[in-house]
Amino acid sequence: MNIEKILLVGNPNVGKSTIFSRLTGAKVIISNYPGTTVEFSQGHLKLGDKHILIIDVPGTYTLNPTSSAEEVAVRMLKEGDIIINVIDATNLERNLYLTLELLERNIPVIVALNMWDDTKHKGITINVEKLEEQLGVPVVPTCGLTNEGIKKLIDRIPEAKANTIPPLTDEERWQKIGKIVEASQKLTHRHHTFLERLEDLTIKPFTGLPIAVCVIYCAFWIIRFIGESLIGYIFEPLFENLWLPLMMKLSTLLGEHTFFHNILIGNFIEGKIDFGLSFGLLTTGIFIPIGVVLPYIFSFYLVLGIMEDLGYLPRLAVLVDNFMHHLGLHGYAIIPFILGLGCNVPGALATRILEGRREKFIAATLMAIAIPCMAQTAMIIGLVGPRGWKYVAIIFFTLFVLLVVKGLILNKILKGASPEIIIEIPPYRMPQLQAIIKKLWMRLQGFLMEALPLVLLGVLFVNVLYTLKIIDLFADIFSPILNNLWGLPKEAVSALIVGFLRKDVAVGMLGPLNLTTKQLVVGSTILAVYFPCIATYMVLIRELGVKDMLKTTLIMITVALLTGALLNLIL
Amino acid sequence: MIVDLTQMQPGKTGTIKEIQGGPGLTRKLQSMGIRPGKNITKVSSHFGRGPQTIEIDNMQIAVGFGIAKKIFVEIAR
Repeated sequence: MNIEKILLVGNPNVGKSTIFSRLTGAKVIISNYPGTTVEFSQGHLKLGDKHILIIDVPGTYTLNPTSSAEEVAVRMLKEGDIIINVIDATNLERNLYLTLELLERNIPVIVALNMWDDTKHKGITINVEKLEEQLGVPVVPTCGLTNEGIKKLIDRIPEAKANTIPPLTDEERWQKIGKIVEASQKLTHRHHTFLERLEDLTIKPFTGLPIAVCVIYCAFWIIRFIGESLIGYIFEPLFENLWLPLMMKLSTLLGEHTFFHNILIGNFIEGKIDFGLSFGLLTTGIFIPIGVVLPYIFSFYLVLGIMEDLGYLPRLAVLVDNFMHHLGLHGYAIIPFILGLGCNVPGALATRILEGRREKFIAATLMAIAIPCMAQTAMIIGLVGPRGWKYVAIIFFTLFVLLVVKGLILNKILKGASPEIIIEIPPYRMPQLQAIIKKLWMRLQGFLMEALPLVLLGVLFVNVLYTLKIIDLFADIFSPILNNLWGLPKEAVSALIVGFLRKDVAVGMLGPLNLTTKQLVVGSTILAVYFPCIATYMVLIRELGVKDMLKTTLIMITVALLTGALLNLIL
Repeated sequence: MIVDLTQMQPGKTGTIKEIQGGPGLTRKLQSMGIRPGKNITKVSSHFGRGPQTIEIDNMQIAVGFGIAKKIFVEIAR
């Protein structure tokens, strides 16, 4: 058999991505909640002297898709030469439904019986030979997290075969599964573990809600603590003691007010370089992403990674489900929101786990407008924080109110109802240090590779706009809105322009304008609301289509105009 | 005694008797293991018309209130 493409197919959250990364060495985000993978990823496996393409497919319960992530999975099926059907050994019966559907399609299949290590403490004994005999295709017990069984899985890939069973009705399928399970699995009683008791406590409303409040409060506190400590003890000293002297030397070398000095070092503030305000490529351009944003990206993704791997997010989704229905969404829509707090791009992609177009539209619109990414948040903390935490709180409270009000309105005016939640709640798993570090590193790398160039481009762009006096032109055109409606100086238009590219740079540009605290609050809020960054916008166009995206854009502009005006009046 | 899932007390165990939903919903529930004949335990019920959590074959699933209304369970004595 000529094998060129292998697909990894299975139910959500059975560990497909873990096995994928074991097989190919490719780096993918792995978490403990259904719907982590919404797009297929591919990598290569060396088998003998051949390179085989391995494709990690989003999880699906059946071949009759119910969400767009599942649709991706079913569309991909036709392309594989072999399917590695990853199943959760602790949940044989349900997982076998998809297995039978696959077998009915006449494609060669090999089964990876994953989470094998979990069967022991759950009191499940599976006779692998019997199961293999019943299914008529190879079955290999694996544990993606520890690498157990992966080598054997690779060795047996060539044995994969199509055991064509005639198309069955649902009834027949369940009967067959019943027989298979009876022949190959034995259950024994066992005691509840500590993690299982914790599972119960966090899903019951009386204990779950207070715990959720604590978890969220602690998460914010830890993120802030780590972020501030990193800045205060590591990044600020580095910039002040190492980078500043270097830049001063370069400045002397170039000579103040020369072209290259303006571009690389920027303006002197009170006779010296100010990393926040000078706006040169090598000063502010490096300081914003590395000195201000990176520490918070680090702390945010560290905390998020632990919560993801533990399996807390689906429980949070259940607890907020009731509230989210008022916004036209169900609880699981907090997954795109939470991811959006890190970066709006993965947030926008995660809307794929939602069922309908209406829900996706609402979730994407709310996220793009009211969920500030960590880069923006870090800059707001850095810029507004020194004026008092009260003002930072006002900004985030305003954004939260916007989220709720817009959700309520959209839910009223859009036809249809919000679909109901049906999600599997995964068992808690102890987060593994190595996995946490790997995921954190991937995300930091992603930030540095994708954001850093854009930040530099943004700073360069600002300098060009100022040098060519284009800013003045825009400032005059938009001054009625900026001055009269929002109470901002017309020069703030530069921040709005750069905000299309990067929100962190845009917030940073409010710094040199000598704004009052009120103006800072209004400006930061508007920057969060009026438009997502270009990267998010492109993803949203792809996800929602041009027509819906135009609607979203109109909503954004309206909301920005109104919110700015209101804040200007109230504060 | 047959009740719908929302009327079931947390901690109680029973057997699913019937799912009164359209073919789409029935299939979706089935594929997740929620189907007539299965033993389930109610884990929790959320305030207002919140989701209902059940345990079925070692696995917890949360279903929205409206869906839970369509799942009928015979309570074990």
